[in-house]
Amino acid sequence: MGITKKVTVLAVGLGLVTLSACGSSGGDDSGGGSKTVTLVSHSSWAVSKDVLAAFEKQSGYKVRVLEDGDAGEAVNKAILTKDNPQGDVFFGVDNTLLSRALDNGLFQPYEAKGSDMILPEFRVDQGKHRVTPVDTGDICVNYDKAYFSKHKLAPPTSFDDLIKPAYKDLLVTENASTSSPGLGFLLGTAAKYGDEGWQDYWKKLKANGVKVVSGWDQAYNEEFSGSAGGKKAKGDRPLVVSYASSPPAEVIYADPRPTTAPTGVADGTCFRQFEYAGLLSNAKNAEGGKALIDFMLTKTFQGDMPLNMFVYPVVEGAQVPKEFTEFGPAAENPQTMDPAKIADHRDDWVKSWTSLVLR
Amino acid sequence: MDLARPEVVGRRTRSAAARLGLVAVPVAFFAVFFAYPVAAIVARGLNVDGEWRFGRLWDVLGQSDIRHVLWFTTWQALASTALTLLIALPGAYVFARFDFPGKQVLRAVVTVPFVLPTVVVGTAFLALVGRGGLLDELWGVRLDTTVWAILLAHVFFNYAVVVRTVGGLWAQLDPRQEEAARMLGASRWTAWRTVTLPALGPAVAAAALMVFLFTFTSFGVVQILGGPAFSTLEVEIYRQTSEIFDLATAAVLTIVQFLAVGAILAVHAWTVRRRESTLRLVDAGLTARRPRGAGQWALLAGVLAVIVVLLLLPLAVLVQRSLDAPDLGYYRALTEADGGVFLVAPIEAIGNSLQYAVVATLIAVLVGGLAAAALTRRDAGRFVRGFDALLMLPLGVSAVTVGFGFLISLDEPPLDLRSSWILVPLAQALVGVPFVVRTMLPVLRAVDDRLREAAAVLGASPWRVWREIDLPMVRRALLIAAGFAFAVSLGEFGATVFIARPDNPTLPVAVARLLGRAGDLNYGQAMALSTVLMVVCAVALLVLERLRTDRTGEF
Repeated sequence: MGITKKVTVLAVGLGLVTLSACGSSGGDDSGGGSKTVTLVSHSSWAVSKDVLAAFEKQSGYKVRVLEDGDAGEAVNKAILTKDNPQGDVFFGVDNTLLSRALDNGLFQPYEAKGSDMILPEFRVDQGKHRVTPVDTGDICVNYDKAYFSKHKLAPPTSFDDLIKPAYKDLLVTENASTSSPGLGFLLGTAAKYGDEGWQDYWKKLKANGVKVVSGWDQAYNEEFSGSAGGKKAKGDRPLVVSYASSPPAEVIYADPRPTTAPTGVADGTCFRQFEYAGLLSNAKNAEGGKALIDFMLTKTFQGDMPLNMFVYPVVEGAQVPKEFTEFGPAAENPQTMDPAKIADHRDDWVKSWTSLVLR
Repeated sequence: MDLARPEVVGRRTRSAAARLGLVAVPVAFFAVFFAYPVAAIVARGLNVDGEWRFGRLWDVLGQSDIRHVLWFTTWQALASTALTLLIALPGAYVFARFDFPGKQVLRAVVTVPFVLPTVVVGTAFLALVGRGGLLDELWGVRLDTTVWAILLAHVFFNYAVVVRTVGGLWAQLDPRQEEAARMLGASRWTAWRTVTLPALGPAVAAAALMVFLFTFTSFGVVQILGGPAFSTLEVEIYRQTSEIFDLATAAVLTIVQFLAVGAILAVHAWTVRRRESTLRLVDAGLTARRPRGAGQWALLAGVLAVIVVLLLLPLAVLVQRSLDAPDLGYYRALTEADGGVFLVAPIEAIGNSLQYAVVATLIAVLVGGLAAAALTRRDAGRFVRGFDALLMLPLGVSAVTVGFGFLISLDEPPLDLRSSWILVPLAQALVGVPFVVRTMLPVLRAVDDRLREAAAVLGASPWRVWREIDLPMVRRALLIAAGFAFAVSLGEFGATVFIARPDNPTLPVAVARLLGRAGDLNYGQAMALSTVLMVVCAVALLVLERLRTDRTGEF
C-alpha cells in the first residue's frame, strides 16, 4: 500500500508548509523589508528586464510586482486594502478612475523628481501631487485598410462618419460597463456631443448596426477583419474600437514584418487616456516607493514603455521608437474629459448606455 | 445485526470522537478560507460606519433589471443542466460499459474542456457556432450571441463532470444483478429501471447538482458567447465589485446567490435523503466489454460522433490556429522571454501551473477525503449531513467575492497570506474539494457497512478498517477525484490573478496576457499556449487513469 503512505507523508509535509507560510508574515516576503519595494498594478504592466535591473542596481531596492486583475479591479482592491496595503506604489490608475482613487484617500502626496520634465498637457493634481502621470494612450476606432481599398470606400475619420449609411454594419465596439476601451469610446462621444447629445448619437449608431461584444479580446481578435487573430477567425467587421497603438503592434508582432501596417486609425474618433502612479497612503517602504516613482519618470523608463505597454511617454525628450512614429502616431486632437466630471457621470452614463444600446 | 457487545459499545464512543476528528480539518479549512473572507466582504458592503443597512436588500431586489438577471441566471442553468445530462449520460454509459481502443485517452481528452480558461474556450467555440463556423458552413446556422451558444458551451464544459461522476460508479456496478432480473423475466428496460437506475440515482443527482452550480455561476461563457445582452448574477456581481465599486449592491447579490445556492443544495439533500443504498461494487475492469450487436455499436458510434463534433472540434480549432505559422513559429516564440510582458519565457508557466496544481490537489484530496469519510459513517448525525451541503457552497459563490474577501481578511498575522504563494492552491482547492467529496461519497456509501462491522468485531482499529475495507474500494474514486481537482487547478484563473507575478505566471494567466495584446505573434502564442495547456491536462489525467494498475486487494 505505497500510496497511502505517500499520502500520509505528503499530508504531514503539507501541514508544515501551511504553517511556515502562516508564520512567515512580516518578513521580507511581505514587502516589509526595507530593501524590497512592491509595485501593485493591473495586468498590463510590463517593463524590459534590463531596464528594471538597472534601477535595482542603482537604487539598491529589489522590485516585487503584484498584478491585481484589470484596471478597475486593481484600483478597487487597492482602495479596499488601503489601511494595510499590499505594496508601496500603485501604478495604473487612469483618468476614468482617478477621482475614485483620490476621493478614497488612496495616495499620499509626493512630488517626484523630474516632475518638471512632464509635458504641461499631462500635469494633474498640481496642488497636492498625490499622483504622477506616467503614460498616455488613445482609444480610437481602427480600420482594416484592405477592406476599404477593396470596396473603394474612404475609411471614416470622425464620430460623425460612423453614423453615415456608407459605414452601416461595419463597427464593433466593447461593452462600456465591463471594458475600458468600451468605456473610453462612450466617454469620447460624451465629450464630443455633450451630456445630452451622446444618447442621440448612440441611437443613430445603433440604427447603423454597431455590434457590441463583451471585451477587447473578442472585438479585436474575433470580430475585427484587420487584425491577425480576426483574419484567422474570419472576422467581418472592418472597424473596431481599439487603441492608437494597435497598428504598430500588428507590425511588430508579425513575422515577417510588413512594410506598412495592415490597419489604420480613424483620427477623429479618439479619447485620450492617462495613467498615473502614486505612493500608497500606508506604504511600508515609502522611501523605496518614492525611488520607484522617480524611476518611472526617467527617460530610460519612459522610452522603454512604448514597446512593452503600447503607450506613449509623458516627459519631454523621451525617445519614442520609430515603429510608433511610423505606424501609430498619437492622435492629433483627441477628446478629453476632466476626471472629476467622469466621476460624477460615469455610472449614470453607463447605465443609460446599457439600457439604450444593449436592451 | 445488533452488535451490543460491550467492546463494540466502547468502540462506538471512540468512533464518535474519531468522527469529530475527521470533521475538524474540513470545518477549519472552510471556516478560514471561505466563510470568514466572504463574511468579511459582505459585511464591508452592508455595514456603513458601524450601521447595518439591511434595507439595501429590498432596494436592490426592487430593481427590474436585477430581477431579470436573476430569472435569466436560473432558467439558463436549468436548461444547461438538462441538456448536459441528456447529451452526456449515454456517454457515461459507453465509457463505463464498453471497451474500445483509445478509451483511456478519450476519457482524458473529454475532461480537457472542463479545465480550459473560458477566454480560450470562447474563442474555440465560436469556430463551431459562430460566423463561418462548422454549423454556418453546413446549414447556415449561426448561434453566437444567442442563448443556444451559451447552453452548448455549458454542455461542452460539463460533459466530463457527468461522464466521470456517473460513469465512475456505473463502471463498478455489478452487471450480474441486472442479468439476474432479466433471468427472472424482466424486460431489458424494466431491469435497467428497477436495478441500475436506483443505484445510479445518487451519482446522477450529484452530477446534475454540480453542473447546475457551475452553470448557475457561469461567467466567461455568458460574456463571450452570449454577448453583453445576457447577464448572470455572477457577471453582475463582478461588475458591481470591479467596475462600479458598489459594494453594497454586490453584497446583496452575493447574499441572494448564496441563498439560492443554499436552497438548491437543501432540495438536493432532501431528494436524495433516501440513504444511498449499499451496492455490490466490482472491479471496473470486469464490467466493460466490447460492444455486441448493431444496437450497441450504433450507440458507441453516436456517442463518439457527439464527442467529436461538440468537444473535439473546438479544441482542434485551437490546435490548428496554433500551428498556423511556418515551422512551429508560435511554439518557438514561447521559449523566448521578450523581457517586457514576460520576464521569463512563457513556456515556464507550465512548471508554475503544475506546482500549484499538485499542492492544490493534495489539499483538496486531504480535506475532501476526510470530509467524505466523516460523511459516510452510518452514525453520521444531522449536523454532519448539513455539512455535506456546506461543502458545495464554494461552487455557488462568485470568485470575485471570495477573491476580494481574501484580500481584506487574510491580511494580518497569523494569517497574512495575501502575498504568499500558498493562497493560490488554497483558493483552487476550495473549488476542488466539492468534486472530491461528490466523487467519493457515492462509492464510499455503497460500501457495505457490515464489512466494516465485521472487521471491527475481529479487532481491527478504525484506521485499519478504513485501510483494508474502504481504501481498496475507493481508490479509483479517489484517483478520479484527484484528477478532477488537479484539472480544476490547472485551468483556474480567478484566484491565480491575485499573486501572479510577471516572473511567475500560470498557464491561463499567460494566455490571458497574450490575448490582451494586438499582433499576430501574441495571438498565435496564446493559441499555442492553450494547446500546451490542453496537452498538459490530458497527460496529467491520463497518468492518473493509469495509476490504478495496482490490482491487489480488489475483491
